[in-house]
Amino acid sequence: MAGLFKPARHGGASLTLDPVEVSILRNLSVQMLELLGPGDEPAADEDPLARLFAEGPSKAPEDPALARLFPDAYGEGEDAAELSAEFRRFTENDLRDRKREDALAVVRSLDAAGADRKGRSQVQLDKDGCAHWLGALNDLRLTLGSRLEVSDDPDEAEGMYRLADDDPRKPLVMAYLWLGGLQETLIEVITR
Amino acid sequence: MSVAPVEIERTEWDTSSQETPSPDTPWVTIVHNDPVNLMSYVEYVFQSYFGYPKDKARRLMMDVHHKGRASVSSGSREEMERDVQAMHGYGLWATLQHDR
Repeated sequence: MAGLFKPARHGGASLTLDPVEVSILRNLSVQMLELLGPGDEPAADEDPLARLFAEGPSKAPEDPALARLFPDAYGEGEDAAELSAEFRRFTENDLRDRKREDALAVVRSLDAAGADRKGRSQVQLDKDGCAHWLGALNDLRLTLGSRLEVSDDPDEAEGMYRLADDDPRKPLVMAYLWLGGLQETLIEVITR
Repeated sequence: MSVAPVEIERTEWDTSSQETPSPDTPWVTIVHNDPVNLMSYVEYVFQSYFGYPKDKARRLMMDVHHKGRASVSSGSREEMERDVQAMHGYGLWATLQHDR
């Protein structure tokens, strides 16, 4: 039985994970960081203020998972493409920073979690930590959902639960479903 | 589950107001359905970001789920860009457009 969130003191949340679960979650978060790419840190000799005025990209990402994480802001009208490009230039860098911080927070709390006598990790999150994890879990699910081409079609959704053991998608599907359970229980803890 | 369309009776003054939107026409933030986001998460976002009471957040979430989209806030273009940016921050698929 995969680990799920439980309420902890002071409005926080706790999660007990076995070593395999820790490594799955850590690997996925590191892959998310790689997908998001490096932050635009200013070079040592660069004016630090330049970062504040740096413009983001104007084109939507080609990778479908990234395109889902950074969607167009204007969907209708003749000038939608132009307005979306302008919006993207001024918002995408900040959005990427935020998603990077969320994924990093997951890696850090996994690394900081102490192990009990049975080798299981005890992840303890305060309110801030819960917010980072909620964002990171959602980004991971959006990304895996995009890779797995998850659809609203009930027949296809049903099929996803019944993959053969040797189906190459099986491990990703298992991770996707577990992440859904983690996110669902974290929301329960936060909103109780 | 499908939802019966609402018949809207158009009056003359109503159609005359359908012309090109004026610059001060309110804008709306639209959240679109997607197959990945959890219903509980979408409801949580509407409550925590917009400060909507639980029943309103739930109703909007159900609209997104069943109708494919819902208008979740309205105001100036700048305000709606801020809301759309926040929705993207939460990972919801959102756009802004003129209210019609």
